[in-house]
Amino acid sequence: MTRTALSAAYLAGAVATALGTGAIAGPMTEAEAEAAMAAGKEKCYGVSLAGMNDCAAGPGTTCQGTSTVDFQGNAWTLVPGGTCASIQVPGGRTGSLEPLDRDLPT
Amino acid sequence: MPEPVISISETCRERLGYAAAFTPALLDPEIGEPEVIAGPNGKSAKKRYDVYRNNVTVSLINALSDTFPATQRIVGEEFFRAMARLHVRQSPPTSPLLSDYGRDFPDFIEDFEHARNLPYLADVARIERAWLDAYHAADAAPLHGHMLTAIPPETLGQAVFTTHPATRVVRSRFAAVTIFSVNRRNEPFGRVKAGEPEDALVTRPRLEVFVRRLPPGGARFLESLMAGEPFRKAVDAALEEDGDFDLTANISGVIEAGVFTAVMVSEHGDNG
Repeated sequence: MTRTALSAAYLAGAVATALGTGAIAGPMTEAEAEAAMAAGKEKCYGVSLAGMNDCAAGPGTTCQGTSTVDFQGNAWTLVPGGTCASIQVPGGRTGSLEPLDRDLPT
Repeated sequence: MPEPVISISETCRERLGYAAAFTPALLDPEIGEPEVIAGPNGKSAKKRYDVYRNNVTVSLINALSDTFPATQRIVGEEFFRAMARLHVRQSPPTSPLLSDYGRDFPDFIEDFEHARNLPYLADVARIERAWLDAYHAADAAPLHGHMLTAIPPETLGQAVFTTHPATRVVRSRFAAVTIFSVNRRNEPFGRVKAGEPEDALVTRPRLEVFVRRLPPGGARFLESLMAGEPFRKAVDAALEEDGDFDLTANISGVIEAGVFTAVMVSEHGDNG
């Protein structure tokens, strides 16, 4: 791309096309984002995850600190509950966790 | 413990001294229970002290579990909690705000030898940390498109943007956005290929946090604008990184996502 292509007219043209009549003019509302996702409409900045604030506000937002006994295993084990077995890493392998045989927490 | 700047009462000083003696062994079982405590009739208070040890450790592991739910789902709860415990011992909180905890957990994961076969894991954790930062960021009204169209075309290249307090960009050499999304939904999913590089945009224009996957050159474009560089320079940088960079689509995306709050034309920009 040359400097000519980045002329003021080019920049202004892109802005006008992007934000002109009938195009996007303002921030998407929550409802619009949910609707776009539900309809499978992948816009340029496709929403991958919207909302769910109510169930994941982070720590300190619920009552914690009661005496929960946290058991410590003797070894790290491959955990069947994890989803990593469905995620293919480059090279065609499926990623897996490595068992630990030292640095055990005491 | 740093010297207090303000003058404090003798009682208060005693309590601080007690806290300083009480806390070091909380996260380090190698150190015996503190000498300032004792059980009935002067007996050992190990079991009593262990209640505190347990609560501190568990609450911090729970905090990491609450902040990084997708990361936990990927590796499973047992592995996650064991990994989190090592991190808690190594990096105790520096802020009293629990929601601030775990900022260096993604780097810890990246170096963690037992998760090295999941090279995408640290980036997923980075998106999760960015999500929570966006959630707790200050509220601000996002930039509306007409503020951009109002700028005279000849000065548009010099325009600089003010970043919304919630906006975060996370770049990844892996499919971190897809992996994050499918693991936050808590529904079954098919096979996911981790090898496709994906850049995440996290915004919170109103009350809800949105995570988007950025198009080619989009991350470079935003990083440049968020660093305060003028519009023309950001477009240049994006095109240099990726010839497929689509300016029109990215302008729509920036406005739609609520990345910025304001735009102004700097007096001393370029005129090219």
